[in-house]
Amino acid sequence: MFVISCPYCGEREQSEFKAGGEAHIERPKQPTELSDDEWAEYLFMRKNIKGIQYERWNHAHGCRKWFNMVRDTSNDEIKAVYKMGEKPPSV
Amino acid sequence: MSTNSRLKTSKFIDETSRISFKFNNKTYYGFKGDTLASALLANDVHLVGRSFKYHRPRGIMTAGSEEPNAIVQINDGTAVTEPNVRATEVEIYEGLEASSQNCWPSVNFDIGGINNLLSPLLPAGFYYKTFMWPASFWEKYEYFIRKSAGLGKSPTQPDPDIYEHQYIHCDVLVIGAGISGIMAAKTAAKNGLKTLLVDEKPILGGNTIYKDNEDTSINNQTPSKWISDQINELEKLDNLEIKKRTSVAAYHGYNYLLARENLTDHLPIHERKNKIRQRLLKIRAKKVITSTGALERPLVFNNNDRPGILLASALKRYSDLFGVACGKKNVLFTNNDSAYETALSFINKGIKIEAIIDIRENPNSKLVKKIEENQIKIFKGYTVVDTSGYKRINKVSIMQLSKDGQKVVGNKIEIPCDCLGMSGGWTPAVHLFTQSGGKLSFREEDQVFIPKIYTSKQISLGSCNGDFSLDSIIKNIPGQLKQFFEINSTEFDNLDIESNEDLSKRNIWLLPSDKIFGKTKPFVDYQNDATAKDIKLALREGFRSIEHVKRYTTTGMGTDQGKLGNMHALGIIADTAGVKMGELGTTTFRPPYTPLTFGTIVGRNVGEYFDIFRKTPMHDWHEQNKAEFENVGQWKRAWYYPKNNENMHQAVQRESKAARDSAGILDASTLGKIDIQGTDASEFLNRVYTNAWSKLAIGKCRYGLMLNEDGMVYDDGVTTRLDENHYIMTTTTGGAANVLGKLEDYLQTEWPELDVYLTSVTDHYATASVCGPNSKKILQKIIPDLDLSDDNFPHMSFKNAKIDGVKCRIMRISFTGEHSYEINIPASYGKSLWEKCMEAGKEYNITPYGTETMHLLRAEKGFIIVGQDTDATLTPIDLQMDWIVSKKKYDFIGKRSLYRSDTIKEDRKQLVGLLTDDPNEVLEEGAQIVADANKKPIEMLGHVTSSYYSPNLNKSIALGVVRGGKKMLGQKLIIPMENKNINVTVSDPVFLDKENKRLNA
Repeated sequence: MFVISCPYCGEREQSEFKAGGEAHIERPKQPTELSDDEWAEYLFMRKNIKGIQYERWNHAHGCRKWFNMVRDTSNDEIKAVYKMGEKPPSV
Repeated sequence: MSTNSRLKTSKFIDETSRISFKFNNKTYYGFKGDTLASALLANDVHLVGRSFKYHRPRGIMTAGSEEPNAIVQINDGTAVTEPNVRATEVEIYEGLEASSQNCWPSVNFDIGGINNLLSPLLPAGFYYKTFMWPASFWEKYEYFIRKSAGLGKSPTQPDPDIYEHQYIHCDVLVIGAGISGIMAAKTAAKNGLKTLLVDEKPILGGNTIYKDNEDTSINNQTPSKWISDQINELEKLDNLEIKKRTSVAAYHGYNYLLARENLTDHLPIHERKNKIRQRLLKIRAKKVITSTGALERPLVFNNNDRPGILLASALKRYSDLFGVACGKKNVLFTNNDSAYETALSFINKGIKIEAIIDIRENPNSKLVKKIEENQIKIFKGYTVVDTSGYKRINKVSIMQLSKDGQKVVGNKIEIPCDCLGMSGGWTPAVHLFTQSGGKLSFREEDQVFIPKIYTSKQISLGSCNGDFSLDSIIKNIPGQLKQFFEINSTEFDNLDIESNEDLSKRNIWLLPSDKIFGKTKPFVDYQNDATAKDIKLALREGFRSIEHVKRYTTTGMGTDQGKLGNMHALGIIADTAGVKMGELGTTTFRPPYTPLTFGTIVGRNVGEYFDIFRKTPMHDWHEQNKAEFENVGQWKRAWYYPKNNENMHQAVQRESKAARDSAGILDASTLGKIDIQGTDASEFLNRVYTNAWSKLAIGKCRYGLMLNEDGMVYDDGVTTRLDENHYIMTTTTGGAANVLGKLEDYLQTEWPELDVYLTSVTDHYATASVCGPNSKKILQKIIPDLDLSDDNFPHMSFKNAKIDGVKCRIMRISFTGEHSYEINIPASYGKSLWEKCMEAGKEYNITPYGTETMHLLRAEKGFIIVGQDTDATLTPIDLQMDWIVSKKKYDFIGKRSLYRSDTIKEDRKQLVGLLTDDPNEVLEEGAQIVADANKKPIEMLGHVTSSYYSPNLNKSIALGVVRGGKKMLGQKLIIPMENKNINVTVSDPVFLDKENKRLNA
């Protein structure tokens, strides 16, 4: 079980958090302009990387804030956490 | 006839407190400090069980948690009985009753022993190969196989014991209190670190605590004296906590470990009352030191499993720590010097050694010479080729090994004995290290896997790190500790160590016999009866991965997880397949290291504490009025209120009729309520609901449907505009938390520019919903000064009001199709409100109704319940709710998905009404719907989602989803049931009051 450093609250047990899937997938501003395939790309396609992955997490049983995390999925090492809207750090 | 094999009680055994216990219904005596195993051995009892598959007699093999054979049932027939307990770990107490497992009628005469004679017919994979055909017979086979397999018996009564969980945060966790762990814990604590030291045994000091032979010394003291002094000092340290009888079960990432602390199992039963039996420790440590020691390896030779065959190190522990001589005529069999340490102990204690068989051709260490000087016969370069004695070993046969160790040569020599101690060298206990994600490397010279790459702040010390000699431990550990703790010195930097240890070893995984291989029984996994033959068979049959060989032969899959035999299995696979062991790798070590009881895992979360449940403010009233409850998420909701022995059907019929004929009242407090404020609140609702919100007037309510981005219905509910920038949203009971989470997600991540704030107020308000033609009169009685005329307070509108001076919000909305009001009042007034409504409604026979009646009433109106009539595969169009999907809005969550090629298909499952030809026939919810029951394979068109008998319509009604159902109005379909086919007609899903006249009645 990880110890996650919430950018708002600091270090907390993983059980307080909820994982929210791949990060930096922006909802299209004009969905109606998209073809079925383009919309499906946004809707369904997610990467499942072995290695460095950018993820969304929510401090569900804490401040309820969403934030982003860079995690190495091969050994669960958390490389960085940063607030929504902030530029992803390169790791 | 029980003979006493106690030598002279050791200092660890309290000779003054004799304890009686029963084993297989016979009374024996032991002393305080004994384990069940040591006490039985003191009574010369070796035969304790039968093996799993062949039912071969088995005895105690080890003196620790790695024991594969001596697993017993404790206190059989009582609520506290426990199966598969290692006799080597059970501390005896007054009143203990233990019995053998896997034997019938008794361990001495076991019918299943015939399997031993049939063993040529029972190779690896026997059950897979034999019982797979014909497939339909499996159920019959299974009954007999289950009966003949299985070890102990599960308890049948509820567990009366108390368990708990405890969180521990520490700077340093030290696992294992042998010499390495003691040195590590003391260094950590003395450097100001909050330290926790745990050990699975009741005595600290590992095997150093009884290491008092004259050949070894630390600072000119015997190791046992030196370490006892260290432990005494350790126990005085303030920032060090010691937990004995505590076994670390699991080592997860980020130094999170689970351990089981045993608190009462060693106490007499009468002293356990009201005490916590076991505690699950959830430990988060900044640094972890693993000093879990090493496990002695058996040797794999023909018939190496008879009672009386033990590990040499176990013999030493029994003699030196428990004062028990396991045999009167002992033979030792070894490939390294460890057995000679046992021999030295035996010589010192006057225990007779018949011979030592050493597979090394020329062992010549100081220790070996010392033993030779004591006139002990050593057969060098020999191996045991067979043993005999059914229930106790009585003879070993030995022969000389060929140079390459693959064959035996020369004449067979027979040596009578009653006990054989074997030593195949040591295996580092790396289980926890690998659980943490650590990677091992293989050390060729002594054929061991040792820790190599660590994934967290941890270090392995001592023999679990491959340092098997006291000499190397004393010399290496100070440096390792200094580096790990970043300190300049330790108090152990200049210890003086005298030792004769020699680490030479001749490793032969499978020892040859004079018999042909097929006729031998060299056991690798004792508990699961897997022999070297089974492993070779698996390789012959094409299995290559060690994980596959493990599963096929069941090697390492017993309750002991193959702690003793796994390395031999790997070695035999490597030798047979001609690959290097280092390349082969190991099987995965999974938690728990030793079995955990369910009680420990569950802790306090039993009975009513299994999960939290939520009660509405009116809950007590429902209880007093004999409501039956149903679980909705974590809520307890009133289900129906039976009167005069009514069953559910009768109660629901009465309640539904009353609600439509006069007045009903429902506790709707569980509905999710989200307070939405901010200048962009209307825009926000526009984006999350399918319909338009900007034009909703203040004081008006609107029903909304929320989709997922994939276009499927996610939640629904009524939202009220309280003010220009203030709304209150209701959600389904079960969806409340998820809806709030989803809305927050969009607000924080997609639309941070919106000025909107969300607050859950579900628990802040109690809600009573009063419905029926007389609801208006009842509300008027409660709030006389509120104008309830349709002009002032029409359907789908809201009023602030006061009841007895308490502010409340009243919505005129309806989920039943009746004229109805939802009264929301601060939660603490909920029960008073309810009672007030009941009092005011008395003259109108106001009838409380539960969720079942609510479901029936709304089904009559064709209103959906999200999660009952929908299952995340239905769009609003599928639900025939096109009216609620705005065509004008540019975007809302899920809009684009409503015209994907898949969602516009005409043959999607769609919600329809279903009427049975026989109006008294009530369909089963979940029943399949077909068009042609004779077609094979039968084609399923959909299923029934809601079904009731309606007392208001005097017929049964049902909702269901049917492929292409929208176009099937009036068409006949079939519900095939087990005994009959039910004919139904597809109908409109609205069954009652299509014109909505009742809303304004």
